[in-house]
Amino acid sequence: MDTLDTVVVDCRRLLCPLPVIRVQDRVADLAPGTQVEAVCTDPGALQDIPAWCRINGHTVLRTDSKDGEHCVVMRVGGACE
Amino acid sequence: MIERKAVALVSGGLDSMLAVRVVQDQGIQVEGLNFFTGFCVEGHTHAIRKNTKPKRNNALWVAERLGVKLHFVDVVEDYRDVVLNPKYGYGANLNPCLDCKIFMVRRAYEWMRGHGFDFIVTGEVVGQRPKSQRKDTLPIVQDDSGAGDLLLRPLCAKRLPPTRPEREGWVERERLFDFSGRSRKPQMALAKAYGLDDYAQPAGGCCFLTDSQYAAKLTDLWNSRGDRVYDLDDIVLLKVGRHIRPRPGFKVIIAREEGEGRFLTGFRKRFVSIKTLSHGGPEALIDGVVTESDIELAARLVARYGQGRDCESVRVEVRDLTGSTRELDVRPFTPQEIPGEWIL
Ligand code: SF4
Repeated sequence: MDTLDTVVVDCRRLLCPLPVIRVQDRVADLAPGTQVEAVCTDPGALQDIPAWCRINGHTVLRTDSKDGEHCVVMRVGGACE
Repeated sequence: MIERKAVALVSGGLDSMLAVRVVQDQGIQVEGLNFFTGFCVEGHTHAIRKNTKPKRNNALWVAERLGVKLHFVDVVEDYRDVVLNPKYGYGANLNPCLDCKIFMVRRAYEWMRGHGFDFIVTGEVVGQRPKSQRKDTLPIVQDDSGAGDLLLRPLCAKRLPPTRPEREGWVERERLFDFSGRSRKPQMALAKAYGLDDYAQPAGGCCFLTDSQYAAKLTDLWNSRGDRVYDLDDIVLLKVGRHIRPRPGFKVIIAREEGEGRFLTGFRKRFVSIKTLSHGGPEALIDGVVTESDIELAARLVARYGQGRDCESVRVEVRDLTGSTRELDVRPFTPQEIPGEWIL
């Protein structure tokens, strides 16, 4: 379900911290600069994924919520592992 | 001088936070590990229930506050053996604390070696926990995990034999601590000295396995299946809703409020589900292989917890695993008709 430029991580139905874990594990395989969109249903992800990004050197580009789904769009930083 | 690196177990509580801070103070570079077992108190219940405001993840908060990277490790699969076959047995409920500590330190030790780190840090304090943090059990964690004297407990190090990081001068033993016992005062004073406030104060333990009601529900699940097995959905669902078991192999899970109801709808492909049509009422799941009369009984239970509880008849919708639905009119149970032993 990835578009050309964005890797989508489906975290629907997962409760925190699982969305962070899924994003973390996906990001581990991605090159710096890759754009990632996490689609979540747990609103806690709107806090946790950005916090994880700040700690680990990734950049949150935007967050939004619609129809019970919460998206976090981020760019993989150079310090990714 | 070589810069030494430590990996710390970061639960999000005060002790591990202080342990990290103490070694950071000595110029050690620290990164954190947080293990997701599926039983963690963190997150889940807050995420499900509608009326609790979204809660921060304490491990992330601690890591950000201290400026350390945090790596989550999903151990749901591997942890199962710790829960089912703990070599050192259980604590007050189904908490296999000593085996759990050994497991986590072992995983940290493997991570340490794989990532070129030098030693492991935990927030353990001698005498703080009745089983896993006694003077005679702390060495067991070192031995059985394989970490040996590369495991440093900065908060009580002065009460223990010097570890390699101390002997080799990677950290100064004099600047470590000698905390012991169950009092939290020394930790609180140290937090204050560091200017750390707003830390999490976990009540009763870091996971649901210490909770007697949760442990009873997990035991019931195993008894009913005749086998001590579980998957992640099982252990998450035990945190949600009212669990009512009319007989072995047949359980009804009824949401207690809207957030839980919404959460349960996510399981409609795995369980037969019921929702009330004629009145406001909770979402419910039926666990087990059931007969038509079981479904009717489940519907009467669901009606009992809805707004039609005092009516002669309540109409519900029953949805099977394929998504096809049918309607059923039932008389709600009265409270007296529900045997106490059904309620888990
Ligand atoms: S309370 Fe739970 S997570 Fe904490 S040590 Fe015991 S078993 Fe492990």
